[in-house]
Amino acid sequence: MNFVANKSDLKVVGTRPVRPDGMDKVTGKAQFGADLTLAGTLVGKIKRSPHAHARIVAIDTSKALAIPGVKSVITAADIPDIPSEEAFVGEGPTNFRDQSLNCIARDKVLYEGHAVAAVAATSSAIADAALAAIEVTYEVLPHVIDVEAAMAEDAPILFEGMITQGVDPKPTKASNIVKKVAFGHGDWQAGMAEADVVVEGKYDTAAVHQAYIEPHACIASVNPDGQTTIFASSQGQFMIRQYTAKILGMDIADIRVTPAEIGGGFGGKTIVYIEPLAVAMSRQAGRPVKIVMTRDEVFRASGPTSGGTIEVKIGAKKDGTITGAYAMVKLQAGAFPGSPVAPACMCAFAMYDLKNVMAEGYDVVSNRAKVAAYRAPGAPISTFAVESVMDELAIKLGMDPIDLRMKNAAKQGTKASYGPVFPVIGFEEVLEAAKAHPHWTAPLGPNQGRGVATGFWFNIGGESSASVFVNEDGSVSVVSGSPDIGGSRASMAMMAAEVLGIPYEKVRPIIGDTAQIGITGVTGGSRVTFATGMATTQAAERAVDELKKRAAMIWDISPDAVDWKDGEAVPAGANAGGFDPLPLAAIALKAAKTGGPINAEVSINAQGAGAAFGAHIADVEVDPETGFVKILRYTAVQDVGRAIHPSYVEGQIQGGATQGIGWALNEEYIYDKNGRMDNAGFLDYRVPVASDLPMIEAVLVEVPNPRHPFGVRGVGEVPIIPPMAAIGNAIKAATGMRLVSLPMSPPKVRAAFDAAKG
Amino acid sequence: MPTISIPSSLRRQFTGGMTQLEVEATTFRRLILELERRFPGLGNQVEESMAIAVDGEIFQDAYSLQLKAGSDIVLIPKIAGG
Repeated sequence: MNFVANKSDLKVVGTRPVRPDGMDKVTGKAQFGADLTLAGTLVGKIKRSPHAHARIVAIDTSKALAIPGVKSVITAADIPDIPSEEAFVGEGPTNFRDQSLNCIARDKVLYEGHAVAAVAATSSAIADAALAAIEVTYEVLPHVIDVEAAMAEDAPILFEGMITQGVDPKPTKASNIVKKVAFGHGDWQAGMAEADVVVEGKYDTAAVHQAYIEPHACIASVNPDGQTTIFASSQGQFMIRQYTAKILGMDIADIRVTPAEIGGGFGGKTIVYIEPLAVAMSRQAGRPVKIVMTRDEVFRASGPTSGGTIEVKIGAKKDGTITGAYAMVKLQAGAFPGSPVAPACMCAFAMYDLKNVMAEGYDVVSNRAKVAAYRAPGAPISTFAVESVMDELAIKLGMDPIDLRMKNAAKQGTKASYGPVFPVIGFEEVLEAAKAHPHWTAPLGPNQGRGVATGFWFNIGGESSASVFVNEDGSVSVVSGSPDIGGSRASMAMMAAEVLGIPYEKVRPIIGDTAQIGITGVTGGSRVTFATGMATTQAAERAVDELKKRAAMIWDISPDAVDWKDGEAVPAGANAGGFDPLPLAAIALKAAKTGGPINAEVSINAQGAGAAFGAHIADVEVDPETGFVKILRYTAVQDVGRAIHPSYVEGQIQGGATQGIGWALNEEYIYDKNGRMDNAGFLDYRVPVASDLPMIEAVLVEVPNPRHPFGVRGVGEVPIIPPMAAIGNAIKAATGMRLVSLPMSPPKVRAAFDAAKG
Repeated sequence: MPTISIPSSLRRQFTGGMTQLEVEATTFRRLILELERRFPGLGNQVEESMAIAVDGEIFQDAYSLQLKAGSDIVLIPKIAGG
C-alpha cells in the first residue's frame, strides 16, 4: 500500500471508536495472568535469598518434600546448566545463561530476592510451609549497591572473570564494569574551547520500577509426552516460548503459550522469571502449576530500570549555538550485565544538531535485581541531566529555553549524535507547537515555576505477523501476534477496516497464541502499531486482491477489470461491463463457489520506523515549609507521525508523562546497610495516583512517517523522557535551586532550602 | 562502493582503529560476509548485535537490503525499547 499522504482520504484512521476489549476489562471478565485455573492446579511459590551477595553452600529440600501435599521442589540442580549464549530476544541483548541464573541461582545469590528454590503444593499454606522447611546454607559475601561504589578498585566483585570490554588497554583485573561505550563525532573538547559559555553538572537518578499493577503470573501444564502449555501475562508469548525452551532445553514446538491480558508491562514483562520454574515443577509433579508473584517479589526480584550518575558539559556561543557537548553516563545493570547504557548515550544529545559531541558510558553490575527494559530504556536518565544543563545554559545566556532548543534543533539531514543522518523528523514542529501553546505564556503565582524539556526515541519495527479472515457474512477477523497493552486491538481493526473499506465494527481483532499465528516480537519499543500495523495492512491488501479476483469470477471478467472502492468491488471502467457494485459480504457469501475461504496471512520484519521527539511543559508550586512539589499544569507535545486512534495515543502520552512524574518526584529503591530493599510495596514506593495530578494535556503533532502506509511513528517511549528535567527546571524557576538528584522528593527539596539558607 | 562508519566500540577490537571503510557489497548480507572476511569476527558481531543505518534510515536484520554506491552506512547497536 502506498503512503496515504492526505489525512482527508482516511475514513477510519484518525477516528475514536470504542476499544474492542473495553467491555471485558471494565466488567472484570478479561482473563489476566492469575485468572486461569485448570483442574488439579498446584500452587507454586519461590524461596528467595535474604542476602544481597552470598555463596550457596548447600540446599536441603528433604524436609519440604516430606510435607504431605508438596508435589514438587526444585533447585538449580533441576534446571539444565546451560552455557553462555548471547542473543537478541524480547527487548534487547541478552544471555540465556544469565537469564537462567536470574530465574534460579546456581552457586551464588547476587541480590536480595534472588530465587534459590521453588515448590508446588496443593494449597498456598502447604507451599508456604514447604518454603520454610527448605534449608539453605549461605556463606555471606560483601555486597555493593551503588554504581560508583561498584566501580571502585576495592569493590566486592560479583563475577571473578569479568574483564571490562571496550577499554584500551584491556584490563587484566576483574571488575564490576562490564563494558564502556562511546558515541559521538567531531572533537567535543575543541568545541568547548570555541564556546563563550560552558555549563556543566553532575546528576544522579534512582533505580525505579515499571510498577505495572498486575504482578507476573503464569500457569504451566506439561503432559507426559512433554507437550507443554503456558498461559501467562507478558509482553510477548513468543518471547516466553523461546526463553522457556532455551532455559529448559526443550523443543520450541513442544511449547504453546497463550497470552493472557496484561495489566501493564512498560518493558518489565519482556523477560521471564517464573515460567521455566512453573514448567519444571509441572513436569515433575504431573499437574498444572500456577505461580503468581507478590508485590514484594515484584519489587525485589523483577527488573527495575537503572539508576545512575551522569556528568554533562555543554558549551555554546553567546547566540546560543552549541559548540560542544559531552556526557559521561554510569548505569547500574543490576546483578547481570545489560544496563541500557548504550541507548542512554545515544539519546542524550539526539535532539540537537551538534558538530562536536561525545557521550560515553559504563555498564556496571552490582547486588541489585537485574534491570529490565522500561519505556525508552536509558533515555530518561541521560536526558534528565542534559536537559537540566540546557536549562542552566538558557539561564546563563538569557535566552528563552525553547528558543535555545530551536536554535540547535535536529532536523532532516542532521547527523545524529549517535551516527546516522535523520530522515523526515518533526522536532522543530514539536518545539513550535510547545511555544505556541497557551500554557507557555500563562501567568504564574508565588512559589510557582515553569520548566520545559525535550526527549528523543528511535522507535523500531521488527518481526510481526497478522492474518485477515473474511467470514461468511462479510465480517472480518484480524488475528495478530501482539499482546494488546495500549489499545492495539483497536488500531489493528481500524487499519484493516480502512484498507477493506468496511466499518470498524465489522472487524473483530484477536490476539493469537503461539500455535495460531506466525512469530511476532514483543509488544515494546513502540513497535506494534507500526510493525504489526504494517503486517495487518498488508494482509488486508492481500484479502482485497483476493476479493477482487472472486468478484471477477462472479462477473466472469478479468481480475484486472475490477477495482475496490469503499468495501465493494466495482468495474474498473466502462469497458469492464455494467455491473452493480459487489459488497464484500456478497463476495464472502459465494466464497465456497469461487475457490474457498478468503484469508490472508502476512509475516514481515518491518523496517523504516520513524524517530519521535517530544517537548513537555510543567508548572509546579513548591512549598518552602515541607518541600512538597505540586504539579499545577502539564502539557506534553509530541510528534506521533499520524495517530491511528488519537484517544489511545493521548493515553500513551499521558501514561508515560505520569510515570516520568513519579520518577521525578517520588520513586526510588531504598536499601538498608545489608543491601535489602526497604520499600518493596506501593505504600512505601510511591507512584503517582490520579488525585496527585492535573489532567495532562497531550498535544499531537503529526509529521507522518513516509515509510508506514498511514504515517505511524512509535508513541509510547518518548513521553517518559522529558518529565524529570521539565519538573527540575520548573523547580529551579520557582525556587532558584537546581536539584541534581532524583527523586526530587520533599526531604531533598527541604534539604536544598536548608542548604541555600546556609 | 558504499562507505561504512565503524563505531568506536568495534574499531579497537576489529579494525585496528579504522573509522571508515569502503566495502564492496551490494546487499547487507554481502556486507556482513565481506566484513567477516576482512576482519574476522566483525561480520558476526555486526550480524548479531548491530543495526545498520543507510542514508539515515535504520534497518535491523535485513539481509536483502540493497546498498548503493555512495550509500552512507553507519553501524549502531540494535535498538529495542520498553
